[in-house]
Amino acid sequence: MNLMEMKHVRKSFGGLEVIKDISVSVGEGEILTIIGPSGSGKSTLLRCATLLETMDSGSLSYLGEKAAWTEGADHGAGDSTGSNGSAGSSNGTAGSIVYAPRQELRKIQQNFGLVFQNFNLFPHFTVLKNIMDAPVSVQKRNKDEVYREAMELLRKMGLEDKADAYPCQLSGGQQQRVAIARALALNPKILFFDEPTSALDPELTGEVLKVIKSLADLHIAMVIVTHEMAFARDISHRVIFMADGVIVEEGTPEQVFASNNERTQNFLGRYGAMLK
Amino acid sequence: MSLNVMIFKLASGMLVSIQIFLMTLIFSLPLGLVVAFGRMSKNKLVQGIVKVYISIMRGTPLMLQLMVVYFGPYFLFDIKVGNSYRILAAFIGFVINYAAYFAEIYRSGIQSMPAGQYEAAQLLGYSKGQTFFKIILPQVIKRILPSVTNEVITLVKDTSLAFTIGVLEMFTVAKALASSQTSMIPFVAAGLFYYVFNLVVAVAMEKIEKKLSYYQ
Repeated sequence: MNLMEMKHVRKSFGGLEVIKDISVSVGEGEILTIIGPSGSGKSTLLRCATLLETMDSGSLSYLGEKAAWTEGADHGAGDSTGSNGSAGSSNGTAGSIVYAPRQELRKIQQNFGLVFQNFNLFPHFTVLKNIMDAPVSVQKRNKDEVYREAMELLRKMGLEDKADAYPCQLSGGQQQRVAIARALALNPKILFFDEPTSALDPELTGEVLKVIKSLADLHIAMVIVTHEMAFARDISHRVIFMADGVIVEEGTPEQVFASNNERTQNFLGRYGAMLK
Repeated sequence: MSLNVMIFKLASGMLVSIQIFLMTLIFSLPLGLVVAFGRMSKNKLVQGIVKVYISIMRGTPLMLQLMVVYFGPYFLFDIKVGNSYRILAAFIGFVINYAAYFAEIYRSGIQSMPAGQYEAAQLLGYSKGQTFFKIILPQVIKRILPSVTNEVITLVKDTSLAFTIGVLEMFTVAKALASSQTSMIPFVAAGLFYYVFNLVVAVAMEKIEKKLSYYQ
């Protein structure tokens, strides 16, 4: 069963259609990276998947449990794959989107975590409390057990000596590693990364990417929106190239990075040449 | 009248001033938060009512508001109020006035919080209540502290307005003593009192600010 499944997702912001009928699924332990130019809808797609943004239509489910669906619109209608770049709303009958009740959503939400571009740590909590607070006060887990796990995570992130520091005392790379630990502490089955290194300089980017690579052994599924092409090629099982709100290309890193598609080649530009 | 008696009388006025000050803070700080929620409510009716309330509280003199609260029950509703209502009216007048100001300060703090904090909390599974009280409010308090200090210092001096409805606070006593004794000393004492009071407030607030400066 797919961990996450999005079907026929559409999203507009004030008349501008940012996501045009996109369907994506993520399997267990799969590492999927989404690349594409700024403004192509990558982050919006991630924000729809993590319930930070409300979709206009389409469906979203985790482990078969429906988080949102479109009333009246029967799936299977309309072409789900291939070129559907036109912004016309001819396919996908315009039904209204329905989200599961809040209680259900909170349960479904436990399946995934998100690492933000600008970390969003809680500045008034220590590093340790940033990691421990949600497991203890939301999941009501045993404090000692959570403490042991949190320290283990910090060790993995190479930050065990920073447990009592505050976020403002850390470098950007360290903050992002804490944010990753914070997300992992809730034991998600799937972890989303929204341009996790965009706010970091090359040196700090390296340390964060190294940590993300090391997570591959944990067998959690990861969906990573990134501009780090070499990283995307090395780590992914599957790469999606998005532009103008549609999926232009999807496949293994080898397929996508060696693509003959003009749009893909244009975007990859020197990366493509370098990687070839 | 000996200096001792004068000081004793002034001291009893001082106690009343401090009482008004404390009662106002204790009730208007939490009430202000509730008003701020009303002001930011998605319900247009609630928002509208609160907007009008804040507008009146800020747009008319506190002195007038105190008079309305004190004389209102009799002139508007024909309710006879006893002498004990005097101090109560002062409390009510100050609380509803300061709640309006604090509400706007809270609102400025709450609205200055980056959306990312809410989003991170949502992703981590915090409920709306937990998000507000654990994540947002502590940071808001730190942000608004300088504005609150300003308001609290103004409050110390504003307590003298209770004079208008005959509450025997510091300033009322000083004025009565000054005219009966034909002496400036009560005014000097009153000025000294307000100044020292505010010095204490400023030092205390600075301490709190320092305490919250462990993060940025």
